Amino acid sequence: MFAFVVRRITQALFVMLIISLVGFSIKNKIGDPIRDLVGERVTPAERELLRDKLGLNDPFVTQYLRFAKNAVQGDLGVSFFHKKPALAVIAAKAPATLELVFGAALIIIFISLPIGVFSAIYPRSAFSRFTMAFSTLGVSVPVFLTAIVLIYIFSVELNWLPSYGRGETVSLGGWDSGLFTVDGIMHLILPCFSLASIMLPLFIRLIRSEMMEVLETEYIKFAWAKGLHRKRIWFIHAFKNTLLPVITVFGVQIGIMFAFTILTETVFQWQGMGFMFLEAVERSDISLLVAYLMVVGAVFVVVNTVVDIIYGLVNPTIRIAGRK
Amino acid sequence: MSHLLEVNDLEVKFGLRQGDLTAINGISFNLDKGERMGLVGESGAGKSVTGFAIINLISKPGFISGGRVIFNGQDLAALSEEAMREIRGNHISMIFQDPMMTLNPVLTIGTQMVETLQAHRRITRPEAEAIALEKLKKVQIPSPEKRLAQYPHEFSGGMRQRIVIAIALITDPEIIIADEPTTALDVTIQAEIMDLLQQLCESEDTGLILITHDLGVVSQVTEKIAVMYAGKIVESGLTDRVVNNPKHPYTQGLIKALPGSLQPGARLNQIPGMMPTLTDIPPGCAFNPRCPLCETICRNQEPPFIPVDHLTRMVACHMVKPDPSMGTR
Repeated sequence: MFAFVVRRITQALFVMLIISLVGFSIKNKIGDPIRDLVGERVTPAERELLRDKLGLNDPFVTQYLRFAKNAVQGDLGVSFFHKKPALAVIAAKAPATLELVFGAALIIIFISLPIGVFSAIYPRSAFSRFTMAFSTLGVSVPVFLTAIVLIYIFSVELNWLPSYGRGETVSLGGWDSGLFTVDGIMHLILPCFSLASIMLPLFIRLIRSEMMEVLETEYIKFAWAKGLHRKRIWFIHAFKNTLLPVITVFGVQIGIMFAFTILTETVFQWQGMGFMFLEAVERSDISLLVAYLMVVGAVFVVVNTVVDIIYGLVNPTIRIAGRK
Repeated sequence: MSHLLEVNDLEVKFGLRQGDLTAINGISFNLDKGERMGLVGESGAGKSVTGFAIINLISKPGFISGGRVIFNGQDLAALSEEAMREIRGNHISMIFQDPMMTLNPVLTIGTQMVETLQAHRRITRPEAEAIALEKLKKVQIPSPEKRLAQYPHEFSGGMRQRIVIAIALITDPEIIIADEPTTALDVTIQAEIMDLLQQLCESEDTGLILITHDLGVVSQVTEKIAVMYAGKIVESGLTDRVVNNPKHPYTQGLIKALPGSLQPGARLNQIPGMMPTLTDIPPGCAFNPRCPLCETICRNQEPPFIPVDHLTRMVACHMVKPDPSMGTR
């Protein structure tokens, strides 16, 4: 198990190295820190002097190593618009996005598992056929449309839920959380459902097809022949085997959901990383964009590593392979 | 005298869009306590379906469309799902063909043994584990205490089949249905597993229905035999009688195809042609297109399955005449 974890973490570090290279290349080729620092009236000669002073004329590798060294120490450059370290800007926005993704993930787990399992066990039932048809539709509807329809129904017409913002938040050691007030939770519902809506149909279908495949296997047939109760066959024998591929896909999709927060946060005026990212694009705030890339990349890598480790815990075959 | 298991005119169909296909077309046999019977035939003859039909576990769209399966006086084909569950794995166990696929990869051997007991008895885990250990010893698994906590992938194919046998035996069933239990194994292991199975059935007085295409195995292990062709039993009787003196041309063909009776290097005998698929079973005797003795009546009229001697031999063939001492029917 230990060797397995070490190997996974090594791989994660390698991926981070590549992400940082891409991030630095963007910064190096597109961004102009001098423009960020000085005004219009500075002459080209003075700019060149400043360039030398800041080491911007050093070879690519030297500059990259400097960038990497700073990045490891938590310094991802300074946002030219906010006049603050980029990481600090992102850190202030991160709780909103993390809570949004967390809420959406919970929704996905608690809705797709029961529906997927049920429609695998009773594939011919009316409910299964309906969810299959509905999920085909769900996959093809873009998230901003879902969001707008949800706002129209639940905020405008029914007036049950707020349509934008985070509502009342509580600060927990610098983490602004909306999870501890009723108002905060109410504000989370619509954005979370919108964000979940893109992945939900995919997961219902994935769980259903995986489970149906497992139910056809010899070991499930053998479990029936052993005279086990059907609940045990479905929820222990079949379910555990269904989960293995689903966990992997879930890990990847959680990462992708961070990207989708850009759309959701824009529609709901949600003050998170995605919203910040769009603002940064409009302002050509390259340092902040690259920092965002690095942070999201890191989140992606960490989530995947954690998922791989969980997978190893669930799947006995992997664990042995790691032990050897 | 009533038998432990009596299969009467069993019929299994598969419901397809084009209509129902008959996979088992009215077969009858019986099994007494501790008796071992072989069910032989080519692939697709309906051997496995018969096995699954006995415990009413045919995969969809198959279903039992007629006949009865009487076990201990009750008709299994008519039992409720819950009552049937109580029979499966408890009174009638099954062993599958491929031990690499039969065990659940994510559950330990111990769990898979204990749960079988717990499905049928009120028993605590330590008590069930004690029984599991005892059965693992019986199938000759070394250091069973350590093995209980291991997963299937930590065992070889032969070991896994031993474990499957231990699971099948764990509830002390009256009957074990073994569906090609050694086909997926190494030749050297096959004999070991077959010996083990036979020896355990003997010592526990367990009935065995051995489904196989291997006549050699059947003649070693079983007392009686039923030969299936295209969903029907074409010949049945005491194993050594049938193997040494086959009556039905199909059985004769199967015996002749065994390599043992030939000089080394000689070409193997084979039955010409292939078994018909369920969709185009010829009229009359299903074997007629491949039969060396075929006459007009064989193409038009289905042969009845009738006794041909005083030793329980039954044959379905127009060309086989009953023992003259049997008199007219």
